[in-house]
Formats: sequence, structure tokens, C-alpha cells
Amino acid sequence: MGLLSDPNRRRALINLLTRLNAPICVVCYMAGVAWFMGLAFEPFTLRTYMSENAMGSTMVEERFPSGERAVATGREFAAHKKKVSGMPVEWLVKTMQARGLEVYTQRFSRTLPFPDENKERYMVKGTNVYGILRAPRAPRTEALVLSAPCTPGDNNNQAVGLLLGLAQYFRNQIYWAKDIIFLVNDHDLIGMQAWLEGYHHTNTTGMDWSPLQGRGGSIQAALSLELSSDVVTSMDLVLEGLNGQLPNLDLANLFYAFCQKIGVLCTIQGKLQRNDWDSVSGYSHAVQTMMLMVMKQASGRPWGDHGLFLRYHIEAATIKGINSFRQYKTDATTIGRLLEGMYRKLNNLLERLHQSYFFYLMPSLSHFVSIGYYMPAFGLLAVILLPGVLSVLTPLVISHLTGAALYMLPIRFQEMAVEHFPVSETEAVVLTAIAVYTAGLALPHNTHRLLSGEGTEQGWRVLKLVALLYLAVLLGCTALINFSLGFILALTLVPAAAFVTPHVPKVLSAFVLVILSPACTLLFSVFFFQELQEMPVSFLDGWLLYLSVISQGILDHFLYGSLVYPLIALLVYPCWLLFWNILFWK
Amino acid sequence: MHVASWFQKCIEILIFYDFQEELVVRPLHSGDIYASFQFRTLWETDFMRGNKVSHYRLFPKSLGQVISKFSVRELHISFTQGYWRTMQWGQPYLPSPPGAELWVWFQDSVTDVDATWKELTNVLSGIFCASLNFIDSTNTVQPSASFKPLGIGNVTDHRFLRYATLPREIVCTENLTPWKKLLPCGSKAGLAVLLKSEKLFHSSFHSQAVHIRPVCQDWQCKTTSWELRQTLNVVFDLHNSGQGKREWSLFKMFSRTLTEACPLASSSKIYIDITDNPEGEQFELSPATSLLSQAMVLGDRRTFSVYDLTQQDTFGSVRSLNLLIRWKSTEGDMLRPLLHAERYVAGYGLQTGEIHTLMYNHHPYRSFPVLLLDSVPWYLRLYIHTLTVTSKGKDNKPSYIHYQPSKDRVRPHLLEMLVQLPPNSVTEVTVQFERALLKWTEYTPDPNHGFYVGSSVISSLVPSTVAMDTNSTRERPLFSSFFPCKEESSYFVRVYTEPLLVNLPTPDFSMPYNVICLTCTVVAVGYGSLYNLLTRSFQIEEPSPGLAKRIANVIRKMRGVPPL
Repeated sequence: MGLLSDPNRRRALINLLTRLNAPICVVCYMAGVAWFMGLAFEPFTLRTYMSENAMGSTMVEERFPSGERAVATGREFAAHKKKVSGMPVEWLVKTMQARGLEVYTQRFSRTLPFPDENKERYMVKGTNVYGILRAPRAPRTEALVLSAPCTPGDNNNQAVGLLLGLAQYFRNQIYWAKDIIFLVNDHDLIGMQAWLEGYHHTNTTGMDWSPLQGRGGSIQAALSLELSSDVVTSMDLVLEGLNGQLPNLDLANLFYAFCQKIGVLCTIQGKLQRNDWDSVSGYSHAVQTMMLMVMKQASGRPWGDHGLFLRYHIEAATIKGINSFRQYKTDATTIGRLLEGMYRKLNNLLERLHQSYFFYLMPSLSHFVSIGYYMPAFGLLAVILLPGVLSVLTPLVISHLTGAALYMLPIRFQEMAVEHFPVSETEAVVLTAIAVYTAGLALPHNTHRLLSGEGTEQGWRVLKLVALLYLAVLLGCTALINFSLGFILALTLVPAAAFVTPHVPKVLSAFVLVILSPACTLLFSVFFFQELQEMPVSFLDGWLLYLSVISQGILDHFLYGSLVYPLIALLVYPCWLLFWNILFWK
Repeated sequence: MHVASWFQKCIEILIFYDFQEELVVRPLHSGDIYASFQFRTLWETDFMRGNKVSHYRLFPKSLGQVISKFSVRELHISFTQGYWRTMQWGQPYLPSPPGAELWVWFQDSVTDVDATWKELTNVLSGIFCASLNFIDSTNTVQPSASFKPLGIGNVTDHRFLRYATLPREIVCTENLTPWKKLLPCGSKAGLAVLLKSEKLFHSSFHSQAVHIRPVCQDWQCKTTSWELRQTLNVVFDLHNSGQGKREWSLFKMFSRTLTEACPLASSSKIYIDITDNPEGEQFELSPATSLLSQAMVLGDRRTFSVYDLTQQDTFGSVRSLNLLIRWKSTEGDMLRPLLHAERYVAGYGLQTGEIHTLMYNHHPYRSFPVLLLDSVPWYLRLYIHTLTVTSKGKDNKPSYIHYQPSKDRVRPHLLEMLVQLPPNSVTEVTVQFERALLKWTEYTPDPNHGFYVGSSVISSLVPSTVAMDTNSTRERPLFSSFFPCKEESSYFVRVYTEPLLVNLPTPDFSMPYNVICLTCTVVAVGYGSLYNLLTRSFQIEEPSPGLAKRIANVIRKMRGVPPL
């Protein structure tokens, strides 16, 4: 620290930093991106390992025999579902009771803020059915959950069949130490939300539900089962939950360990593990897998029914049986054994899963990137903001009012928009959002001139200072909670923040700034996501998809309390507007 | 006859001893089976007033010494593994909460009750091989109304009462063995031969208890005697141990059959509850018996088949008794017991939460009062101002509230309320709490497992179902059925809710080293230098100007020009 205490040397250092500011920024930015891309390179990542001793060393034997019968039960369920065209509540209650469970139902209803055209629902009414297997000689303090959504159409009937088959098999075993709750939730996530809110007696989203009659104490872990087709070739693990929360890594390890033991093909993000990490294609495969996770996490949506459990500090994951048209086929007995093994190990838990990581990225199922490895990439990007702070208050309020308008107007004015324009509700909401967003671009610099007349050189510097500090804090906090979202936002907003001054060429800079704005980031993300999934779309399709993504984002916020939409509308967008304002400083 | 044995005979005649054993088997509605053992030893003696008692015959000496040393008036201790499922099994004969429960009334001659209690728990811990030594002031309460003495005596000053539960206590064979040793015949003869731990712990519910109290010996209560009641309740699971066949026998349940009564017992009987089975339509019982008995149990008139083990013909020609129950009907639906309760923790996050206690009154037209006792550890800080009691959507004001706030690390919260439950309703009691941050040495092993909160206790006089029986399915003389008589009008029920498992904010105990290193580095490098820069001002030191220059500067200052 002698360097900083010596005024001469300090002055020299500051001079050096000021002189080399631009190159240092560029280098840091490149290094940050390069670091991030390096995370997917296998030698730089860690192999996953089981941290929880209670699940690691003990051996369990899987004996689930009745996969065929489970498939038959699934067919029976499908028939009853078709007959009542919805959730066959009575049949499920009877079937679960026959299997020796304590059965309860929960009714719920929810009116969406605007009709969801993607899933074709507006006023949702449904019933969850759940059966509790009481563990012998356990005092109802701990429970595990196995859930299967009852989806419209022919999807997922097998999962319900397998759930019932497992219930029957589990009921006859003596070794359970925790109650096991078998839940069939109606209307997928909405039903799950209702059930979880009922179980914990909270109401975060204004849903109507009938109180639960039976409980099993504090839920330790949960798995959600989805078998989308009758033919299953591989099991896919979905981890990304609400607001980018992830379950403890041990849950992923457990799944991977049992897939290896039983010999089931297992995937993450629908991508198989590859061994050729040293080849270019192997590396790009890993990058693709990791980027898919980053995109999904950044979206802040629950990517399976498990996603809503995470808010309640319940470690949960969705296991999806997918048909990827490979030669390899997995039958219901094997899937049953996989679940049996996982549940027996979870049953052995003495404590909640807490030993392993909560913050991680997975370039493949067997490798992970921990928080200690990915944070430097973000740090390198964030460091660019600091010299900016060293070198630079006015329309902060206006920017935020615009943000608040973006947050509130789309829902408020949907009815008015529908009356006056030939659009549907969903379109009205999305188009209002885009209109407010665009209007915000015109607003600030005009009002600013009206209010304070000529701006001074000192003025924009102060504004930039505030804006940069704002952005640094905002991105830092976001990255701590949801790394992926923080990183994607930093990737686009940081360059915008770094170059903008009133003295750069206006038109070109404005164009670049718009390209780097949050809305365009989302647009690119949509295209990029499709590209990663190997389903590229045309521009028009992409645009439609973009609109539906916006509506889904708004819906997620109102239905499940996802925070991405308010974050963008109330914080990120106003922050970006500040930079826009600096550009047009007069 | 030797003089000594003659003398002993005399003592036996003079001092009253009695030992009875019985087993009640109740085929449950759900297809499971409930077996309840009771062993009762009566002894006319006086432990009090400094009497030296040295001759113990049927009464276990270890317990006798405990009673006399600690001046115990009444002692009730239970060890339970599992939770009684009221909705499927109905009310138990003897309720008990999961884990260990101990409540003791001391004689009013005891001066320092807390010290005696502490010593007593340590001694009992040794006798029953249980962790009762973990009972201390932080989990002991003095209920003002919920636990009244069950024996004779008129002392109701709750200063002499201590109540504690250990919900985390796990009950296993090491607790069963010392319990069996207290029996006069041990597990050598009589009903106790059935108590094999490998079967008893292969069940849905297991509970064993010891109750000691003074009782009257005759109806005029001229003399009193001590009663030791040892009870063991167990429920066998249809699915796990029935192996699919709906059939129960003594051998299947206990892997033993009975061949004799305990020779020391004055009475040794097996009762089978056949109330729901008058015509044998529910199950088939063999060997059949003609001996029937009726009793009022939990507000209901029950009929029992009785097998007297002191009679040789009970064992038949094979000289062994293996009762067999073969089910005919299918599994029943859930029951609607008149009173039942449940409890859970609401909310999420690690800062606050809410305890909800639900009490169901399923009686169609009668309301009745219940006493609710809640003992909550200090590390859940109850916000007592948020206490609400609601029934049918309306505020239900308790007629009696006794609340003792907790003191950190010293004593728990105690909340007792008398609440009127309206007919056919659910009464919800909610209270919010804040989770305290513990000191790092106060965390239990496996801190991420969570912390237990003991069961709530609900005590009540429940209106009897006999009075509800208006269409009179059973044969009764008309003159006996108009006014409900006292014993039949209501009966005492104690219901325990499930214990709670609550997570407290828990530090990552594997990280101290990393945290210490990181903190030291940050403090030393970051904070230290920043502090240095902020508090000291650094400037380039000019060599001090000469005398001529200083004079020149003074002149320049007077002229108003900047100094050199």
C-alpha cells in the first residue's frame, strides 16, 4: 500500500490509468467474455461429486417390479381423463385410497390478469389430488414429494401411472422414515402454486384455494415427473426454477449417480454427455449446453413444476422422460427403479440437502462450474464501470416514472386498447409494453431540456456517475442472485454504459445504444435460444415468439411471482434510459 | 413350617399386594390392529413421612426408591415412536405424544422443586436408558390447568407440577428392556412373553408408558395404596406385516403364543373389541369364547370377548392360545372422531413464520370447551399480540389465557387457553414467531435437520356419543335411556398434535476456516489501506522556506498578492 500512500506515485498511477482507460476497458471486457467461454472447457471445470454423506456411502437396492402394471394404470387414467375431459378426481381418490394412502383434494381457482393465448386459459379452475404415505413410527415431521402434472391431451398419462405404481410399491415397504406425498397437480404450474401456497398457508399471488386437510411436516425434497411420450429413450434433468433459483447440486448428483448405476441415458438441457472435450465439436457442445442453462436461468421462469418449490427452501428437480428417437429404449420399470433408488436415498437424509453448491452452471451432467469460477468473468466486466465512476443528477426520476409506467400500464390499459384497436388481450398487453418502451426513448431528453434549459458539461458527468454506480450495483446484485441474467445484462449494458458521452456521433451511437437496450437483448436471446436448441426460426416467427415471450414473462410475474419483469421494467430499463439521456445531452 | 417363612406369610397377609395384567386387542377401522397391554401393580405402603421401606415384593425397587427419595406424588412418563393417526384409528386408550413425555406432581413438602426435578430426570434417564437428562429449564413448564393429578389428593397448586417433552427422542429396544424388567414376571411368563422387540418395532406405532399414582384401596378410601401402571400400545400395519392377507394372529403379531398367565397375577385377561362385529360380519374370531364384557370406553359402550388366562380351559387341548382374527370386509374410509387436531408451520423464509393449530369439533350439535397447552422453545420468539383464535370465520375469544413469556436460554413460552369449540367446526389458533439466531455452540448436531417444537396438548371433556345415539340401535331398556347419566354424558380426551420441525437460520459450519481467512485478508488489505487513505492526508512536503522568503511572503500578503 506504499504505492497509494506516496502522492507522487499515486499521481503517476492515476495518470497511467486515465491514459490507458480505454484499452484497459477493452481488455477487461474481452477477458471477461473469454473467461466465461472458458468455463465450458472441461479441464477448467470440476467433476460433480456427492457431498452429502447420508446419500453417498449407503447402498440401496432397487426392486420396483411393476412397470407394466404402472403403464396399464396410466392408460386407465387416460381413459378416465378423457371421459371427464379434465382431472379425473374421483377416480384418482379411489385409486390412491386403494393403494393405502391418506388421500386429500384441494380446489383452486385463479383468473389470469389477461388471457394466456399460448396455453389457452383465462379463468382457471382445478383440483389437486394428493395422497400421503405415512411412514411407520415417524411423527409427521418430514416429508418427500413426488408429483406428476395432469396435463390436457395425451401427455404425461404414463407419469401418473408410474406415480400410482410407485405409491403401491412404496406402501408395502417398511423402511420409510419420512412421509411421502404423491401429488397429481391440475393445470401444471398454477396447480402446483396453489398446492404449495396451501401447504405453507401463504398467499403471494392472490390465488383462491381451499385449505389443505392433511400435511406431512416440513418437505425435505421433491421430484416432479414428466413423461411426454409413451416411448422414452432418455431421462432429462431440469433444474432451473423460479427467479433463476437452482436446487442443491447434490440432487443433480443423485440423479446422475443412479442413471449411471441403472444404465439409463441421462441428459441435461436435452444434451447427452460427450467424451471428446478436446475436439472443437465437443467443446461447442459443452458451450451450447451451458449457454442453454444460462439462457433458461436468466429467463427467471420455472422450467418445470419443481421450480416453484425452491422458494420454500425445498430442493426440487423435474425429471423428464424424452423421446429423442434413439435406438435405446427405457421401460417404465427402469424409470420406476431410478425413482425408487432416488427416494430411498433421500429417505436416508438426516438433514436438508445443504452440503453441496447452490450456485453453479452445468456444461454437462458430470461437470459443473461453481460460483468461485464464474464470478471472475462477471468481475472483469464490472471492473470497466469503476474507472467510469472515477471520471463522472437530474432525470433519474423521469426514467423511473417511465419504468413504472412500463410495469403498470400494459395490464391497466389492456381493456382500453382492446376497445380501440383490433387486437386481442395478449397482443394488447405486449404491444402496450412495447409502445411504452419506445415512448420512453423520446421522453427523457425532451423533458430534460424543458426543465433545466441548457445542460452543462459538469451536468452530464454527474449523471453518468450516478448511472454507472446504479448499473454497477444493479448488475452486481442481479448476478449474485441469478448469475445468468446478470451476465447477459452485463454483456450488453456494460459496453453501452462505457462508451456513451454527449460528444460521440449521435445517430450511430443512438443506433448502437438501441441495439444494446434490454428489449433488443431479449430479442437476440430468443433467436439465440432457438439456435441453441437447433430449431432456428425465420425473423417473422422469431418476432411472434418474442411477443409471446414478453407476455409469458408478464404472466409469470403475476402467477408465480417471478421477478424478471419488474426487474427489467423498474430498474434495468430506467438505468438504460439514463445512458440514452446522456447521449442526447445538450 | 419355619419361623421365617411363617413370618413372611404374615407380612404378605398384612400388606396388600395385587398384580393384574391384561391385553386389549382392537381391530381398527382401517384394517390395522391395535394391541394395548396394561400391567397394574398395587401396593399398600407409605413412602412418605420418612418411612424406611426396605421390603419390596412385586413393586420394582428402583421406582419405589425414586418415589421416596424425591417425594413424588404422581409420575407419568411415556416413550412413543410414531404418531397416533386419529383420523384412521380413532382415539387411543392412552394418548401420548411422539418422543418422550414426563410429568410429575411433587409432594407439597418439597422445598426446592426445580432442583428435585433436575435430579429426578437424571435418575429416570438412567432407569429407562433414555435421554431424559436433556430435560432442563429450557423445556420444562408448569401448566396451570391442563395436567391435573390423576390420583387421590387435593393439591392442585401447579408450583409442584413439572411437565416436559423431548420430541426428538427416539424409542427403541434399549428403552423396552428396562421397562420389561419392572414387571414382576419380567418377560418370562404371562402376557409379557409377547413383548419381543423385533416385532414390536416392526409396526406403525409404538408407545410405552409408566404411570405411578396413589389410589384408594377401598370405596371408603380409608387406606391408600400406590398404583404402578405399565402400559404398552402398538399398532400393526396391515400392508407391511399382513403380507397382503387380511389375517391377524397372536403368533403373526408377536411371533409367540400364550401358554400361561403370570403366576403372580391375580387376574390375567385378553379382551378383543367386537363391538363393530356383533354378527361376525366384519371379521371372524377364533377360538370363540362365550365370555363377554361390556364397558364404557371413551364415551362409547363397547363389547369385548374375554379370554381368562388363569383358567386352564382357555388354552384348550394344545395348551397354547393363538388368537386369530380374519377380516371379511374391505378397508373403511376415514373416521370422523369428535375431537381431533393438527398443527403446522406456515410461511417461508428463515426470518418469521406462523404456527397454525387446527382443532376440529365434529359433534353435530354440541359445543364443548377444550384446554390448549402450547410449550414453544425460546428460540422461536412468539409475537403474542398476533395470537388469533377463529372458528367459522369469526373471532373466538378464549375464556381463559395463561401466558408465560420465554426468557432467552432460560425458559420456554407457555401458552394455555380455554377455547369453546362450536359444533361441527374448525377452530384455528395462529400465532406468528420470529426465528432467533443461536450462538454457534447452541446448534444441535445436524443443525440443518431443524429444531423440534413439542406437540400441543388438547385436553377436553367431550360429549359422549351415547347421548347422540337417538335411534337406539342397541337394545336398551327405555327407562335407562332418557336422561343421560353422569358418566355417560361426557368423557375425558387428551389429543396431542404432531410435533413441528422448524428450520432456524444456520451458518455453514464447514466454512469457518475460509471465512476467517477471507475476513482477515479483507480487513487487513482492503479496510486497512482504505482507512489509512481516509484518515491521513498525504502531501508533498516542501523544504521549509528560509527566513528571507518568509518575510517576503508576509509583505506580499499585506500587499494582497499571492505568496511566493
